Amino acid sequence: MDNYGMTIGLGILMGTLARAYMLRSDYRQYPGYPHGFVTHMSLGFVAAALGSVALPSIAEKEFTAVTFLALAAQQFREVRNMERESLAALEEAELVPRGLDYIEGIARVFEARNYLVIVTALATSSANYFTRWPLFSLAVGFLVIAGTSRLMRGKVIGNIAVVKRGDLQFVGPLLKVNEIEMMNVGMPKMREKILRDGLGVVIHPKDDNARATLSNMGQRQAIAHVATAILGTKKDIDTPEFTPMVRKNVDIGSIALFCVPAEKDIKSLVAAVERAPVLESASRAPLKTKAGRIAAD
Amino acid sequence: MKKDDLLAVVTLNKEAVGGDIPIFFASTQEEQAAIAATLSQVLKAMVHDIGNGVYIIVRH
Repeated sequence: MDNYGMTIGLGILMGTLARAYMLRSDYRQYPGYPHGFVTHMSLGFVAAALGSVALPSIAEKEFTAVTFLALAAQQFREVRNMERESLAALEEAELVPRGLDYIEGIARVFEARNYLVIVTALATSSANYFTRWPLFSLAVGFLVIAGTSRLMRGKVIGNIAVVKRGDLQFVGPLLKVNEIEMMNVGMPKMREKILRDGLGVVIHPKDDNARATLSNMGQRQAIAHVATAILGTKKDIDTPEFTPMVRKNVDIGSIALFCVPAEKDIKSLVAAVERAPVLESASRAPLKTKAGRIAAD
Repeated sequence: MKKDDLLAVVTLNKEAVGGDIPIFFASTQEEQAAIAATLSQVLKAMVHDIGNGVYIIVRH
């Protein structure tokens, strides 16, 4: 019977560090209130503990201990439901909602982060168990954290498309961003205000995969939400004219975003749209199929 | 997606509209714009110009 203190301790330490790092790594997916912080750190600690005892328990021939991992998986799926439900409940109060696709994406990320913590803790404790060299196993832990955070970074709109400024204009009552029709604005006063304070960008997809992804309504809603979260909006409950809109050029598949931001700054808007996440659920890849490649030329 | 509702019509042209929807008649464009603005704020809905002197108030 060995002394597993070091092995388990290092695993828990690195796992918890991994969770803390992932809290920090992309704040936009995180509401950032202290109680949420505590919730996720505690769950991260539990996940780290589970990951780090896995190998020692197998070494002790306590195979039933592994079944606790299944229990953990169940528990973390619960985390996903919790995040999904709370965000969906808050949707009502958002002037520009996130959209169900974005919420699903965020909830999935929260679940997956706990599994990454388990992997980190398992890798660290295994390294220590086999080498008995704490510094080496810490290094392994940091490597796993770096590797997973790189893998889990996910794509942003800037990777799949080119974002450029677009010009707002009215053709009669019809608002257009470049050549893309957005909506019919009836009130002449609102038209003047939109021309004065509104901004537009056009998102040109880089290939057919990107075009299919950008067509997704959930993806478009996510872009509108991110733009509003960063630049604010002049929309209020009784001015639906200022609702940010994302519409498609049906012929070439480029996407136009129109919004009336609180801060009128086109550079900031382009940067915000470029950094909007590509949603996992919206991501499409027709070019990976033979039929899709035939159509691509 | 929620259903969009046509809530009211504000018109300069009495011949162009009819049916069982609230219809507001205006005699000048300014009056029409003022009525439409008030209605859109009260109803939290959007004003669309369909071109023939008729504004419709639609909740999206």
